[in-house]
Amino acid sequence: MIAVRLRMASTLLGAAIVLAVAGVALLAPLLVPHDPFAQDLMTRLVPPMWLDGGQAAHPFGTDQLGRDYLSRLIYGARISMLIGIATVVTSGLIGTTLGVLGGFFGGWVDDAVMFVITCRLSIPLVLVALAVVSLVGSSLSVVVLTLGLLLWDRFAVVSRTTTMQVRNLDYVSAARAAGCSRVSIMLREVLPNIVHHLAVVATLEMALAILLEAALSFLGLGVPAPLPSWGLMIAEAKDYMFFTPWVIQIPGIALFVLVLGINLLGDGLRDLLGAARDA
Amino acid sequence: MTPETVLEVRDLRVRFGTGVDAVRGVSLGVRAGETHCLVGESGCGKSVTALAVMGLLARGATRNAALVAFRGTDMMALSEREMARLRGDKIAMIFQEPMTSLNPAFTIGSQMAEVLERHRGGGRRRALDRAAGLLGRVGVSAPGMRLAQYPHQLSGGLRQRVMIAMALMCEPELLIADEPTTALDVTVQAQILRLLVELQRDLGLAILLITHDLGVVARVAHRVSVMYAGEVVESAAVDELFAAPSHPYTRALLACVPVPGTVRRDQPLGSIPGTVPRMRPGFVGCAFRARCRYAMDVCAEAVPERLRAPGHRYLCQLAA
Repeated sequence: MIAVRLRMASTLLGAAIVLAVAGVALLAPLLVPHDPFAQDLMTRLVPPMWLDGGQAAHPFGTDQLGRDYLSRLIYGARISMLIGIATVVTSGLIGTTLGVLGGFFGGWVDDAVMFVITCRLSIPLVLVALAVVSLVGSSLSVVVLTLGLLLWDRFAVVSRTTTMQVRNLDYVSAARAAGCSRVSIMLREVLPNIVHHLAVVATLEMALAILLEAALSFLGLGVPAPLPSWGLMIAEAKDYMFFTPWVIQIPGIALFVLVLGINLLGDGLRDLLGAARDA
Repeated sequence: MTPETVLEVRDLRVRFGTGVDAVRGVSLGVRAGETHCLVGESGCGKSVTALAVMGLLARGATRNAALVAFRGTDMMALSEREMARLRGDKIAMIFQEPMTSLNPAFTIGSQMAEVLERHRGGGRRRALDRAAGLLGRVGVSAPGMRLAQYPHQLSGGLRQRVMIAMALMCEPELLIADEPTTALDVTVQAQILRLLVELQRDLGLAILLITHDLGVVARVAHRVSVMYAGEVVESAAVDELFAAPSHPYTRALLACVPVPGTVRRDQPLGSIPGTVPRMRPGFVGCAFRARCRYAMDVCAEAVPERLRAPGHRYLCQLAA
């Protein structure tokens, strides 16, 4: 009973975090106290308001160029959510298409899909992402596209195995006996019945994409400055971390909380959907 | 005048990719308004026969036949697209497991309407009206409400009624029912069988009913084909078959049915020792000989087809 309550609470906490960050990202222009790009070299590295020397005008302080840290953090939520969602949509489309085709048709189609998945798994993710971004040049769309083209493997694996389970069920035979084409069986009989598995994968991949973007930005190959990405904020703050630790703590905590929230939500979804299936 | 033959199958053969002959020369015919029962043990090829007729065999299985004709059209010559147009429209099929035969992700109404829309076009509104009408016809209470429900909200008996109603959406001429009552309670079984008989009377349906239950056969069949190891070993009108079973396998099957009053309490229930063998290509002789109490040396040779009475054929060395 306590375990169930705890799980429920952690799911709700995860959902609340994700919703809050999504809301902040959507309403960013209305919420920010200052222009996140406006520099003011007279007020550089002002500490947050709860520390000595803090100013009410800059609740989270300012960075090394005097930009309001709260405003940048809020706009950073936009970048993180955008990257997370766009990457999941891209990779989800690629992975699910491959996986459903392989799982449904079996035979040589499946062999081909498995080969592609194996190839993808043999590619070192971060290295290739770094190489591509440094070759093509970094921009938001390049980062999204690179991550989307790399992160589809779990979608493919999960949709392939679940499609294999569903394709042998009676309602798929019944649909064929009722004259459905293969395409409409995949779209109407298979996909709606595996989508709950894919939702769980989507949360995992979203968290991973956000972390990878942060890593790329930290290495200077993610979204280009002066866009306020959380990873970029951490990167820019690392030179000052020994003297003004909050500049690295604040975006670091934000990143941690968002990824934690997404993962809690994913775990919760898995439990809830699993329970609904078993009932 | 004899009613028109709706389905005619001549010398149907199915071989699996694993090198097993699942169906070995099955011939049968179903006429309008007639129920033809295909009877046999698990693994004798009944369901494979039905799937082969529908052109729905699994990958790796090959189908061969002298003729598979629906209303005189050779179905062997139809393209996959043309077959798909026939399935669910003129030929409908219902399955054994009502619990898993409906897509859990869509409402009953959506699934029923889709069948009509795919084959006949027309709007959703009209399709839903027809669905509600048919649900009422098959004895589902509050059809309007059921349309908005999901499969998990219905009992097994209700779901099988929904499956039957769905099969009737396009006014099929042939209904293939693969063990439609096996998974149901006895009382529900009787209701579903009665429903099938009624529908047949009203709509002139030709029904190919697959079952292992001789009780079901006795209730609904006009003609019976007894299958064993991929062959029809005996075929006759239902009264003729029960009155004069001629193949030893048919007799053994009938002997397995306990009859209240004649079977004593301490007497063991009847059974046929052994199981249906897997038939490898090149097999000659009677497939039942390993389990047959009348088996002779000659049973290893090609088996003659004997005619007991007009329309009553069986495959055996023993004369009637």
